[in-house]
Amino acid sequence: MAMAETSGAPILTVDGVPLKTQLRRATQRSRWRAIGLVAPLFLFVLVTFIVPIGDMLFRSVDNPTLTQFIPNTVKALDRWNGRQLPDELTFEALAKDLKLARMGQTIGRVASRLNFESGGMRSLITRSARKASKLRHGPYKEAMIKIDKRWGQRETWATIKLVGQRYTVVHYLASVDRKFNSDGDIIMQPEVRQIYVQIFNRTLWISLLVTVICLVLAYPIAYLLATLPMKTSNLLMILVLLPFWTSLLVRTTTWIVLLQSNGVINDLLVWIGIISEEGRIRMIYNMTGTVIAMTQILLPFMVLPLYSVMKTINPYHMRAAQSLGANPTRAFWKVYAPQTIPGVGAGSLLVFILSVGYYITPALVGGASGQMISNFIAYHMKSSLNWGLAAALGTILLGGVLILYWLYNRLVGIDNMKLG
Amino acid sequence: MALPPYVGPFDRTWHYVYLVICASVFTFLIAPILVIVPLSFNAEPYFTFTQKMMSLDPDAFSTRWYEDIVNNRQWLHSAKNSIIVAVFATLIATTLGTLAALGLSKPVMPYRSLIMGVLISPMIVPLIISAAGMFFFYSKIGLAQTYVGLILAHAALGTPFVVITVTATLIGFDQSLTRASAGLGASPTTTFFKVIMPLVTPGMISGALFAFITSFDEVVVVFFLAGFEQRTIPRQMWAGIREQISPTILAVATLMVIMTICLMTVVELLRRRNERLRGIRQT
Repeated sequence: MAMAETSGAPILTVDGVPLKTQLRRATQRSRWRAIGLVAPLFLFVLVTFIVPIGDMLFRSVDNPTLTQFIPNTVKALDRWNGRQLPDELTFEALAKDLKLARMGQTIGRVASRLNFESGGMRSLITRSARKASKLRHGPYKEAMIKIDKRWGQRETWATIKLVGQRYTVVHYLASVDRKFNSDGDIIMQPEVRQIYVQIFNRTLWISLLVTVICLVLAYPIAYLLATLPMKTSNLLMILVLLPFWTSLLVRTTTWIVLLQSNGVINDLLVWIGIISEEGRIRMIYNMTGTVIAMTQILLPFMVLPLYSVMKTINPYHMRAAQSLGANPTRAFWKVYAPQTIPGVGAGSLLVFILSVGYYITPALVGGASGQMISNFIAYHMKSSLNWGLAAALGTILLGGVLILYWLYNRLVGIDNMKLG
Repeated sequence: MALPPYVGPFDRTWHYVYLVICASVFTFLIAPILVIVPLSFNAEPYFTFTQKMMSLDPDAFSTRWYEDIVNNRQWLHSAKNSIIVAVFATLIATTLGTLAALGLSKPVMPYRSLIMGVLISPMIVPLIISAAGMFFFYSKIGLAQTYVGLILAHAALGTPFVVITVTATLIGFDQSLTRASAGLGASPTTTFFKVIMPLVTPGMISGALFAFITSFDEVVVVFFLAGFEQRTIPRQMWAGIREQISPTILAVATLMVIMTICLMTVVELLRRRNERLRGIRQT
């Protein structure tokens, strides 16, 4: 060491390369090897998962229908000041666009797109397109207003101009029960269309309820599992792990069997005589059913983190507290409970994250009052085909979940997640 | 949990109340799963215990719903689909997931926690969002309503489990073992197969089983991505619950519970083997 320092020459390896350089190269090589191992999965997840989701999120602002199928009208409306009716040229563009769209059989998509924004537009567009196809020459303004007097109303044109924007925030406004009026101000949706704020609140409420019930139910059994001798607790652990591993659909089915009005629990209650044959309790196809089934399904996700934290708590702490004069209750709350907080946090966050996005259980046992936001996303995907709104609702849900996920990662660390 | 002799009557009562509470919670967890087993042998097309069943009349029980499954081409076809999709998805997920976990466990890996976050995300993102995204994108590239599309989707959903379980096996993995192996003249390939693989295998297999279960149980993505031809067992059950609800569903459910128990046993045995190999003693 002393020699190397005094001579000032770097230490060389056998190959004559300075040791520092060699070491850096070796680290570099093993770093590239590590990246090479991770890269295939990273690319796979990127292509099969992240890109599709990004693509869907883009749909929440993407709005190509009108610019694509009635382009001239949209272009003509760019010049429109929005105060009085558009000019003859705009009407002419509309009549020709409708005619072309009808021939190209794209008129249905234009009509549906406009109908999402304002009810009654579907019939207006399809009817006007049929009649406008017969128009040979101008003036188009009077002719169109004669076909339907709504063409003489400023609101109709404002709607088309709004929906004609290539990129739009209307889906996000609709997700929070708001919309643009014909002057371009943001106003509330009409009473009958105000649903999503309520659904978001309900989703949060159900998730919170499920999380709290799970915590209350999981805490005692996690404590029991953590304090019993290993042999007994391993046996009891099966009772937690079997439901954890059992198919979600199977467990939802079992709740239908148990809770329905001719189901096992109601039969049992009638048989014992607690309720009469007519007084069967309605426990399913409503919010109660959703909460009961979700609680049972998510309970293991609360028990496992609690258990793994409680397992590390030294039992002598409690005894020490008691020998210092605390009664068992006080010892528990002052000494034991605070040490379980990491487990409580991890379990609660996990259960909450999972329940916010729940779809299957509410769809099967939720009835009308137990539907959550995921069910509405599915409805707009599959039935109403309002994909823009589905994407906007999905983006909001995803944003919430990602914030919670980030929090979970900060607090618990994703690699500390225990599976079984 | 034996009570020490000095506790007073209040604590004693509370102790028994506590045990009753625990018993009720365990019942709540397990009873629903057990209840369907006898019901699946119901001779009548009801979802509840008949008077005859309660009196254990042998005529009240039958295996007709199980025969129903075996004789129904749709169920058999779904079973075949489920197995094909789950097996291939598991193979992809396990291979890619294990490699990635090996890379992630190296201390030189840059942006470790960020990449981990991305790789775990398929487990965290609500299924309906994954399904919707995949529906649009896979339709665009012509993979919707194909087996390939379904397999890729399920593989993506299964990878987080493999990454998590294999990473967990590698925690505390003694890196000097590979150096020792290299020092004794083994090539990196030999080191991988002779030293690393045996240590990682238990985690890999339990991750693979998780991935298998995830795919086998998955219905939302199937709902959006699969055509009639690709219907899996859960999709068929879903249709059964929604449309014509018959005890055949309970028979299928019972079979799935049995399958779950078998897989669970395998995982437990592997866990024990792993702990034995690594010298961890249960206390």
